[in-house]
Amino acid sequence: MAYHLLMFQITRSPQVADVVIIGSGAGGGTATKVLTDLGINVTLLEAGPMLHPETDFLEHVWPYQVSHRGSGEGGASYFGRGRDFGWWSAHAGGWQLPGEPYTVAEGSKFRWFRSRILGGRTNHYGRISLRYADYDLKPYSRDGIGTDWPISYDDIAPYYDKAEGFIGVTGSKEGLRSAPDGIFQQCPPPRVHEVLIKKASDKLGIPCVPNRLAVITKPLNGRPACHYCGQCGRGCISAANYCSAQVQVFPAMKSGRVNLINNAMARELITDSSGKVTAVSYVDKLTRTEHQVRCRTVVLAASCCESTRLLLNSKSARFPNGLGNSSGTVGRYLTDNTGFGLGAAIPALQGLPRYDSDGMGGAHLYMPWWLWDKKTAFPRGYHIEIGGGYGMPGIGSFAGLANRVEGYGDPLKKAIYEDYGTHVSFAGRGEMIPNSDTYCEIDPTVVDKWGIPVLKFHFKWTDAELKQVEHMEQTFTDIIETMGGTVTRSTRPTDQKISTGGEIIHEVGAIRMGDDPQTSPLNKYCQSHDVKNLFVADAAPFVSNPDKNPTLTIVALAWRTSEYLAEEMRKGNV
Amino acid sequence: MFEESVRSQYGVVPPNEEPGVGSQESEDGLPRRGVLAGIAALALVGPLGVAQAQHVHQSIPQVDLGPYKPKAFTYHEFATLESLCEKIVPGAAKGRAAEFVDLLSSQNPEMAAIFTGGLGWLDNAMQRTYGATFLAAKSEERISMLDQIAYKKNETPELAAGIRFFVWARRLAVDAYYTSAAGIKELGYLGNKGMKEFTVPQEAIDYAVKRSGL
Repeated sequence: MAYHLLMFQITRSPQVADVVIIGSGAGGGTATKVLTDLGINVTLLEAGPMLHPETDFLEHVWPYQVSHRGSGEGGASYFGRGRDFGWWSAHAGGWQLPGEPYTVAEGSKFRWFRSRILGGRTNHYGRISLRYADYDLKPYSRDGIGTDWPISYDDIAPYYDKAEGFIGVTGSKEGLRSAPDGIFQQCPPPRVHEVLIKKASDKLGIPCVPNRLAVITKPLNGRPACHYCGQCGRGCISAANYCSAQVQVFPAMKSGRVNLINNAMARELITDSSGKVTAVSYVDKLTRTEHQVRCRTVVLAASCCESTRLLLNSKSARFPNGLGNSSGTVGRYLTDNTGFGLGAAIPALQGLPRYDSDGMGGAHLYMPWWLWDKKTAFPRGYHIEIGGGYGMPGIGSFAGLANRVEGYGDPLKKAIYEDYGTHVSFAGRGEMIPNSDTYCEIDPTVVDKWGIPVLKFHFKWTDAELKQVEHMEQTFTDIIETMGGTVTRSTRPTDQKISTGGEIIHEVGAIRMGDDPQTSPLNKYCQSHDVKNLFVADAAPFVSNPDKNPTLTIVALAWRTSEYLAEEMRKGNV
Repeated sequence: MFEESVRSQYGVVPPNEEPGVGSQESEDGLPRRGVLAGIAALALVGPLGVAQAQHVHQSIPQVDLGPYKPKAFTYHEFATLESLCEKIVPGAAKGRAAEFVDLLSSQNPEMAAIFTGGLGWLDNAMQRTYGATFLAAKSEERISMLDQIAYKKNETPELAAGIRFFVWARRLAVDAYYTSAAGIKELGYLGNKGMKEFTVPQEAIDYAVKRSGL
């Protein structure tokens, strides 16, 4: 850090914070809750503004209550410029943020979704909450590919219990090794199309079980039960689903132990001659002024890639490759989950008596991986998410149908009436194995609007993922045909059917944990091997990316890391 | 994005008022929907005494809803669009389809050009073929034109621009109608109200299971 900056521009906090947490999503929210419960004062930096659920969330708003009906100003969505995930989504972010670019290497495709708001991506995410299986944590021991985690299922299980017990997760005891049971609330019954999907799955020998969603169906910690409006993605004003801002940060703030600083874009971590972090440097985005908050310890929870960026940008004479990166592996082992989707109209659903199918904001059933002990043409597996029902009509709901049937007048209206609610869809989410062509690094040629160097992504699917997606397509086709639907198979090659890297928004692994400091930046408590007062509490420490959405494991590991940090502080080790 | 309230920023109005696109201004320059929202808020208070009612009556600017004043289109274009939308989706007027397109076009020159261009094409094609504008032509002449441009299979160099325009008109008319209270009701969407317990009617399950043969 240049001396003249310190002299003239930087405002330094007079107090030394016990813990600075960077990011307020699933990891940062959990760290805030756990540390303050243990009596520790935290300073929480969030790059976005404060969240005001009752005014920010568009829950229960009808399209006709908004002049553009949800198409965005000037009908932006008609021109491919609408808000990502629709105008109603609570994400406060997107695939591109103005003034905050990222770059993608030639020959690679990658998309990076960021949310700038208290609670981050937990404001809008799918709330699917799946435990990793015992074998997920020991992939190398199982099939000789990838790397084992330094911890086992037994190490995480107590924290899964705590996470589920606190945030609230639906589900049922199924006794499946690929989908370990947990502390579940009752899942609401399946909708009509879900009943058909279950019957078809039963025929095909695919387990189809009550969904595991971070939605409460009984009151919990002062939060009321779900009211089944189906709009979790718009944000839940009554906090019946898990959003870290509402479920963890707001209650923690009542303890008086949280110093929340919004609109604080972390620039770098400052270290002293002993190599410990002494301060976090950030830009106040509203005033574009430079600040430093001094700290005893720091918890990175800015998201897998944003935390990686922060470490790589924290260079010094002592840490020329970035902070905590003596292994040279920060940015490596990045993965996303695989994604593929297929849908069809089901004739059996035509003419169904209409009913209110809103329910939870997501499916009431899902299919865990079922061939974990069988020989397949690819390593690892996937789970299946399902869709369907009478969704609230919106912009574009019938665009595809209208283009197919064409015409106008009563025949068009009749076609729409008869088609509404007859579609089902299937989405696969599977494991990607880390490969040497997939990583992120600093792009030295590009900075964001605050002068912070940006990330450059390299991404490649391998044959393992492509074969998995082919299996998904066959399975979804089988299910649809068993239900009486018809699938028109796309003739595109598989590498054009699989999701783009990053698109599933399950990026993990770029600051992985491991016992060997030569090959992993973090130890088994997600503490830096190099910098003892540096911890990571998002998905960056993950060693592999199993066929389960990562959020529940982020919460569980952040809980574990926070308890460890508190204990190390108590012992005077950090 | 969330710096200011999304609800206030976009003027989300109470559902019982259903003002459609309703961002036009009234004679006194007050946003019409603001006035409506004010009335709605008062209505929620409950029965008012005579004195209070008198007071309310005086304090609320009298709004003449009157005919819609297009923002992006001429009166002729707007009337043509209304007629076209009603043909595409009978009931589109109840969904304020033309007002929806006019609002978006007033905010977006790209949208405006698609619709002024398309409506201009339509009137010229009608003039060439029938010697009358779309509005002035006989009903069967309008139908005859629509029967040509409503299908991609009819594409010829003469009709191509009209067919492309019709796809846009159909898309926005459908969206406008099925995002209106009238269209949503007709479609039979019964949700967005929340419920204490989620249940599925057994007769609906039985119906689908029986039909599926599963």
